[in-house]
Amino acid sequence: MYTQSLNEPSSRPVEALDDAERLARFQARIDAEEKIEPKDWMPDAYRQTLIRQISQHAHSEIVGMLPEGNWISRAPSLMRKSILIAKVQDEGGHGAYLYSAAETLGVSRAELIEQLLSGRAKYSSIFNYPTPTWADTAAIGWLVDGAAIMNQIPLCRCSYGPYARAMVRVCKEESFHQRQGYHAMLSLARGTPSQRRMAQDALNRWWWPALMMFGPPDTASHHTGLSVKWKIKRFTNDELRQKFVDFTVPQAEFLGLTVPDPVLRKGDDGHYITGALDWSEFNAVLKGNGPCNAERLRERRTAHDDGAWVREAAIAHAAKRSARAVA
Amino acid sequence: MNAMAQEASKAPTFTYAIRQADTALILAQRLSAWIGHGPAIEEDLGFANIALDLLGQARLLYAYASEIESQGRSEDDFAYLREECDFLNVTMAEIPNGDFGFTIVRQCLLDCWRLENFERLTHSTDSRLAEIAAKSVKEIRYHLKYSAGWLVRLGDGTAESHRRVAEALAQLWPYVHEWFVEDAAESALVALGVVPAAADLREAFDKRLALILAEATLSRPADVEYRWFGKRGQHTEHLGRLLGEMQSLHRAHPGAQW
Amino acid sequence: MSQTQDWPLFEIFVRAKSGLDHKHVGSLHAADAAMAIEHARDLYTRREEGVSLWVVKSSDIVASDPRDSDALFTPAADKIYRHPTFYDIPKEVETL
Repeated sequence: MYTQSLNEPSSRPVEALDDAERLARFQARIDAEEKIEPKDWMPDAYRQTLIRQISQHAHSEIVGMLPEGNWISRAPSLMRKSILIAKVQDEGGHGAYLYSAAETLGVSRAELIEQLLSGRAKYSSIFNYPTPTWADTAAIGWLVDGAAIMNQIPLCRCSYGPYARAMVRVCKEESFHQRQGYHAMLSLARGTPSQRRMAQDALNRWWWPALMMFGPPDTASHHTGLSVKWKIKRFTNDELRQKFVDFTVPQAEFLGLTVPDPVLRKGDDGHYITGALDWSEFNAVLKGNGPCNAERLRERRTAHDDGAWVREAAIAHAAKRSARAVA
Repeated sequence: MNAMAQEASKAPTFTYAIRQADTALILAQRLSAWIGHGPAIEEDLGFANIALDLLGQARLLYAYASEIESQGRSEDDFAYLREECDFLNVTMAEIPNGDFGFTIVRQCLLDCWRLENFERLTHSTDSRLAEIAAKSVKEIRYHLKYSAGWLVRLGDGTAESHRRVAEALAQLWPYVHEWFVEDAAESALVALGVVPAAADLREAFDKRLALILAEATLSRPADVEYRWFGKRGQHTEHLGRLLGEMQSLHRAHPGAQW
Repeated sequence: MSQTQDWPLFEIFVRAKSGLDHKHVGSLHAADAAMAIEHARDLYTRREEGVSLWVVKSSDIVASDPRDSDALFTPAADKIYRHPTFYDIPKEVETL
């Protein structure tokens, strides 16, 4: 799930003039809502923008397995344990679908993973926050997956075919994630005083980071132009954020929990007005200074490095086997 | 089974169901620690699926044990509110994961035994056990396909992978022993046709495993003296830590609903 | 960090239920075909999406070139007589 709008088009110059005609034909196809498929001609900047966006999305899914995975061993009932395993498993699946979509653009998964592990690639900064209590797994499902769905549903109509198809699959599974999260939150909110406290504390910590998942405000986001023109992106960050707030505040009220925003109120047009977001924190986490950036990457690197001998052995065995088949 | 036999089989069947349930639960707990940490994303998904199957099996078996016992204990009471010595899982399930190869060897050994056992349980004179086995056996067949496939790849892969799984096999082999030591409760159930005879199982297990080990270019370790009987509640030091973690949240909030 | 070669890429086709064609759903990495089947099962059929799987090494697929699309596919466009709707049949003639 979890694109956040750090996905800006590549800053490379759009192709030279002799490509003007191909570019015009390409744009005409996009304007006609035709899908672009892997072997079709596409401007290099379109390709690079997609590679970056899809791989960031894939990395986010893979890193996103860790904060919730933290609670699998301690899930408080066998039912919740099963649900959480299935959910974290789906995230791995989403990462795999997305790497697969990225690979259709001519980049290898090994390269992309290398970019993640070396710290050169970005992933959604939401996963650099810790999950100290069980309620965090519930809050992530409800708020983080909820925000993700808001971001992702428009991507099912993205102009690039393999990405759009992967997102259809992801979105179907994602609604299970949000619903299980809210369901778990509901049990806590209706539970003992200490469960309620846990739930409120998780809402306090996840509310603002969830709002920031939609990316910088439109006034500060310079690069949405091309993404919109190419129909990779269909709504602005602020439009999606507003929709999320409008949906989520009543859900919090139903839980009997308080949204940690003292100035939050409903405007005359029926839309909620929130307090100002602290973008300095967002930028700090994005730059690698969040509470768990180093830890998350270290865990991914360890898994990758510890698995090297396994991946090599599988290749060696496959080679031996095909040699034996030939002989 | 007639009424008297049914009554007589109650206590041993309860113990047997708990042994199988605990084995599935503890193994699921171990396997699920791999999720997010495996050698490839695809392997994370594979272990997660096996863990989910095992949890499902454990829950069915706890439900049946609870029926037999008729004291209204829930699956979570069994999983979260018992002590180390109450757990009757076979010892191998609680042995820590080690590296990927170690986990695969542990899984493959357990899968071989569980498959032979559950295949026979589908013919049990206890219809509830037979039902649970019929559902589980399809899952276990897949688990073994997965773990045996990996054991062959690692055994026949590189010199390093061969060395790692050969060492794992030597370390884990002693824990196989208890699966085939019938105690009085089990013998009573064998006589009633509820569970398969240990000797029978051993032969089938040895045969099945021999084929896999041959393909993996591994040899069966020598049998050694054995001390652990997890299925009688005699555990290694590892189980206490596992339960400490698994039960911590549940125990911290007595009576809470989740 | 170790730099090892990734497993080969396989394309995955799933038959949703018997009676339907296998349909391309995406790709994945596996060291061999048996592993590709297992991975495909875990990745693409977690929610009963399939009853049968095909896995094909991506490098074994030969695709038509989009630059040839005009030559390959547009000549079919004017052969409208291939379609049953081309033929106007009097209403009185039934079961045709």
